[in-house]
Amino acid sequence: MRWLLLKDLQILRRSPLQAVLLVAYPVLIAVLVGLAVSRGPEKPRVALLNEVPSNARVSLSGKRLPSANVQRRICAKVECVHVDSRAEALAEVESGSVMAALILPEDLVNKINSLATLSPGTPKVEVLVNESDPLKASVVDDKIEALLARANLTLAKRIAVEGSRYLNLVIEGGNLPVLGGGIHILGLEASAHILEAIEPALPPGPLKVALSQVTDFARQASENLDIAGPLITRLAQPIAVEKVAVGGSSPPLETFAIAVAATFSLAFVAVLLVAGSLALEREENAYPRLTRGLVSTTALLGEKVLLGIVVGLVVTILMLAGLTIFVPLEWGRFALWLAAIVVGGASLAAAGAALGAAAREVRAVSLLAFMVTLPVAFLSLVPSGTVGQGLYDAIKVITALFPFKPALEAITAALEAGNGGVATPLLHLAILGLAYAVIARLALRRFTRV
Amino acid sequence: MVKRFGEREALRGVSFEASPGELLAVIGPNGAGKTTLLSILAGIQGADGGDVETGDGAVGWVPQQAALYRRLTVEENLLLFARLERHEDPRASVEEMLELTGLGERRGEIVARLSGGNQQRINIAIGLLSRPSVLLLDEPSVGLDPRQRARLWEFVAGLAGGGTTVIFSTHDIQEAERYGNRMLVLADGEALFDGAADELREAVRREAPEAADRDFETAFVAYLQHQGH
Repeated sequence: MRWLLLKDLQILRRSPLQAVLLVAYPVLIAVLVGLAVSRGPEKPRVALLNEVPSNARVSLSGKRLPSANVQRRICAKVECVHVDSRAEALAEVESGSVMAALILPEDLVNKINSLATLSPGTPKVEVLVNESDPLKASVVDDKIEALLARANLTLAKRIAVEGSRYLNLVIEGGNLPVLGGGIHILGLEASAHILEAIEPALPPGPLKVALSQVTDFARQASENLDIAGPLITRLAQPIAVEKVAVGGSSPPLETFAIAVAATFSLAFVAVLLVAGSLALEREENAYPRLTRGLVSTTALLGEKVLLGIVVGLVVTILMLAGLTIFVPLEWGRFALWLAAIVVGGASLAAAGAALGAAAREVRAVSLLAFMVTLPVAFLSLVPSGTVGQGLYDAIKVITALFPFKPALEAITAALEAGNGGVATPLLHLAILGLAYAVIARLALRRFTRV
Repeated sequence: MVKRFGEREALRGVSFEASPGELLAVIGPNGAGKTTLLSILAGIQGADGGDVETGDGAVGWVPQQAALYRRLTVEENLLLFARLERHEDPRASVEEMLELTGLGERRGEIVARLSGGNQQRINIAIGLLSRPSVLLLDEPSVGLDPRQRARLWEFVAGLAGGGTTVIFSTHDIQEAERYGNRMLVLADGEALFDGAADELREAVRREAPEAADRDFETAFVAYLQHQGH
């Protein structure tokens, strides 16, 4: 077996372009996919026309927010392109240089401030959207809706606090500031006490009964309106969010991206190399000569899987070593990395052997291996909840039948503690590896036909 | 020997013997069963009926298309197969084969850069690594120019002269007549003739007298037609 392995490595060395492509291409794809999954979408460019006077301040419930805060919050979520007029904003949107324009009108702050008064206005902002591209329009809608929802929530909380303050004033009494002065509010509690004090001085009769009813009302109102305060506060955010992680811990995005990149490299190297190498035995007419007593078919298959493991291991470890320049990895878990890469590589190589036994020519086999590996790899990255349940179930079945996803799970778990166990994906890989080896062994029977 | 592929009978009870040092030419048109016969003799395929007895020595097999690694050098190819044959001293065996094939000077050359004739010589040399007492050559001269062909047959004749039984297939009647001591004529899996070249000429004259004055190939085709093929 070692002489065949040496021969395959010699052939690989003799084809530097092929070897470079075999290694460089998966690494390139791996890096691109890693970048894609580790970075969110770019911020959309949005033109911002801020007509609010610079000295205007949002003031709610006694809290004053500098207006720059609003602008800074908006520009943290989108890439702001500052414009000076509505016409300029419109031109920017029409030309497509920005995805949308957000116009904050001059009276926005005043209208917001009025929300906490007895005569609230309706603050409005204007959004100009170029809907020629439905995808862009959808992204902008989502972003701006999220921004406004956040702003509305902040304001609603402040309004609720202010509403509670007014309610407390009605219950407990106090000073209501009006136009720089103040109006004294007696309050329901004080009113009830005064009425209770007056009530014994009145002679029995309809007036006393009526006063007693008013006293009861004042007492009951002051007692029951106490619970209205928390209700008003809850109105601002009726549903509180309590996030509970279930179904395993989610790895940090960087670790997951590295695992994706490593698995892509391992998968492409192992599957393409083994499939191509096995097809080469047939293309060079060497297969019948080899299996005519020199090596058994099973030994030949074992040699190809070993080739996939060795080259896949070298490429993947080199890649991980290179990535440690940018992201710290836990080298103390190297034994687990090794186990995940070796078992994953073996299973992927067995799948490559099954594909390699399917066709006579190296080119056809390489194309087939590529056509199978790439879509399965991408399907393995589809998160639950992003597609319909039926489709997701189908994807789960497909990805469970190819070693990419369990290899990804094993490598993710091996890279960092707390990303789930390594044992289950390794067992999954071992079962798939055996199954593919059996398929490859059966398919190799066709090779004996001359 | 009998061999069937589904409904089709590729070999219909073909039987023959070959002696040490004999050059047996298996001739016949395309699809006659020549490659199937040789692959069964080589052990690549099993027969549906019949036995192959080869005595004590090994059987060397040289397939029709060179079974070589074209990206390896001449020496690397020979060394690989010598190692797989578990030779005690694989490098000595390589030297022996390089001398036998006359390719010692080109040992370091990548096989893909060699001519078809030289590739075929290495193909045969690999078949000889097992030091066979019987060498099977499946259409060994296909694709070779006349000069390469002559060198190939000189080489093969040398092997037969050393006591190796050589069984080769060809569809070229003139090549079979020139280089074979004996001819086995196959057509549609059936053995039509087994004997020396002179005997075949006589049989052709007898069975197809109208073509007796034509060249041997034309007369042979007429003979096959008379035999119903």
